[in-house]
Amino acid sequence: MNIHEYQGKEVLRQYGVAVPNGKVAYTVEEAVEAAKELGTEVCVVKAQIHAGGRGKAGGVKVAKNLDEVRTYASEILGKTLVTHQTGPEGKEVKRLLIEEGCDIKKEYYIGLVLDRATSRVVLMASEEGGTEIEEVAEQTPEKIFKEEIDPVLGLTAFQARRIAFNINIPSELVGQAVKFMMGLYRAYIDKDCSIAEINPLVVTGDGKVMALDAKLNFDSNALYRQKDIMALRDLEEEDPKEIEASKYDLSYISLDGNIGCMVNGAGLAMATMDIVKHYGGDPANFLDVGGGATAEKVTEAFKIILSDKNVKGIFVNIFGGIMKCDVIATGVVEAAKQVGLNVPLVVRLEGTNVELGKKILAESDIDIIAAESMADGAQKIVSLVG
Amino acid sequence: MSVFINKDTKVIVQGITGSTALFHTKQMLEYGTQIVGGVTPGKGGTEVEGVPVFNTVEEAVKATGANASVIYVPAPFAADAILEAVDAELDLAICITEHIPVLDMVKVKRYMEGKKTRLVGPNCPGVITPDECKIGIMPGYIHTKGHVGVVSRSGTLTYEAVHQLSQAGIGQSTAVGIGGDPVNGTNFIDVLKAFNEDPETYAVIMIGEIGGTAEEEAAEWVKANMTKPVVGFIGGRTAPPGKRMGHAGAIISGGKGTADEKIRVMNECGIQVADTPSVMGETLIKVLKEKGLYDQCKTH
Repeated sequence: MNIHEYQGKEVLRQYGVAVPNGKVAYTVEEAVEAAKELGTEVCVVKAQIHAGGRGKAGGVKVAKNLDEVRTYASEILGKTLVTHQTGPEGKEVKRLLIEEGCDIKKEYYIGLVLDRATSRVVLMASEEGGTEIEEVAEQTPEKIFKEEIDPVLGLTAFQARRIAFNINIPSELVGQAVKFMMGLYRAYIDKDCSIAEINPLVVTGDGKVMALDAKLNFDSNALYRQKDIMALRDLEEEDPKEIEASKYDLSYISLDGNIGCMVNGAGLAMATMDIVKHYGGDPANFLDVGGGATAEKVTEAFKIILSDKNVKGIFVNIFGGIMKCDVIATGVVEAAKQVGLNVPLVVRLEGTNVELGKKILAESDIDIIAAESMADGAQKIVSLVG
Repeated sequence: MSVFINKDTKVIVQGITGSTALFHTKQMLEYGTQIVGGVTPGKGGTEVEGVPVFNTVEEAVKATGANASVIYVPAPFAADAILEAVDAELDLAICITEHIPVLDMVKVKRYMEGKKTRLVGPNCPGVITPDECKIGIMPGYIHTKGHVGVVSRSGTLTYEAVHQLSQAGIGQSTAVGIGGDPVNGTNFIDVLKAFNEDPETYAVIMIGEIGGTAEEEAAEWVKANMTKPVVGFIGGRTAPPGKRMGHAGAIISGGKGTADEKIRVMNECGIQVADTPSVMGETLIKVLKEKGLYDQCKTH
């Protein structure tokens, strides 16, 4: 799960990580009011959307007085920002962060992320801050320093110190940088983050080490124990169909095509998209109904697929293991009854309780095209959708 | 022969009184798996499906001589269940549970260092040696005994591969689902090593998906060490970057973990990769014929 920059900074502040003072604003008036309260000479007006690359897209402006705050706030609020992370449709700005300006002397990069190869959290840092860290990793990998963290000990002071010296933080500020990193690590662990990225971390003219930006992502499997983080979720930043799906523990992702897919298992769901595409079709979604789905959940899944107006046909591809075919069949029949099915439906069933599942489908009065294999099913739905 | 499990494997079921566990305990018993006990704290002394239930893993192991465990415990408590299995010094713990917080698994992996237990999973379908022992949630009837090893990050794609093989008359030695999480107990290389050393396994299908670099590392290992042919498939060729495709581990981020890169490295390392998931079996058969192994692998 993603949160906004201002929320991320609020979380970090609780762990003693230095961040600039700032306030969130939903209207131009609130923005001006926030700037007044900050009372600094210069302040920054920052668009709050769940995507990076805001600066380049014109979503971050430095204001030298309250008039400029007003101008920039009215310019950015309501604007649709298109960045490399938003997709071509962009994202509308509904919130601003009004933040005190600071005198940046140098920008660095600090990030915490899971290293899958070692199964440990790793602290990464570079003195090439402000730019895309992937670019640094590609072009000058020697400028990225890493510390693997033992989960029993947590990040140790010597590791944080070593990173600070390696990325050439001025020696008189190393103590502050260490405190910063230790706080960041505590936040990462306490809040079940999946990414904590500070880009840039800055050293200021008045000798402070602080986070100018903050990107925190959270492990969605751990949200059950992170109630305060859950409260920060901004539903307006998410696809309504994906929100609806998450209510039923369905894993759903909207795509651009016109063939709705309902599959059990993430691997098979991805492979189903691949094979639909292979035969010249275009999937409208990724949907894994999961292992523990009930007939009710399957019905909801079906409704979500059909709520996408682009959908011209549905391909159900089930290989039952933990998921029983009869449950899927019951759900499909129920959904078709409830919502009225007016697009072609191709169903391929295999696995646990397959005979029972096929019987339920055959005895229903819904028009279902049976498929013998996933290739057969993919070809059938592609030709039906045309 | 086979890898990890066989007809002598004695299994306990952790979380046996849950509805999913009960359903699959029944299925495993019907398949002929030696389920010797179950564990649910507070339900010790009772019996389900004719299987005695214990309060702790330690107690269950002492009473039954079990050497393996299968875990169906709900996600918030699953990491602890794995720790308990490791503490009881079981040879094998197979964790079916999905949605375990990744930082819980980071701790579990640290605890397991230097311990004897092999963990398979979490978020996996389990392990099956056809006609001998089935531990997990896979549909037993699609499997046939034979000489092809199957290893996969995805449960349902494992079934797909096994089904294609069985329909084409090619039996399997063992099928191992390693699970779709970013932190797991057993990786591709562990399973490939075991298949390489197993005299009954003549060839291997390895099924990966987008995210991470485990497939690339496994491919390098195959190139350097594997004496048996390996074919592959990678799911998620058409997945958009930055989106987590169901499995916590299946995400393309920072330009890393794409299907194309994995396929490129696998090809370079001598692994033929199936174009679509429906030709995994065909691709293997083609390679078996090229290597003169087809007749030996044709079991029915």
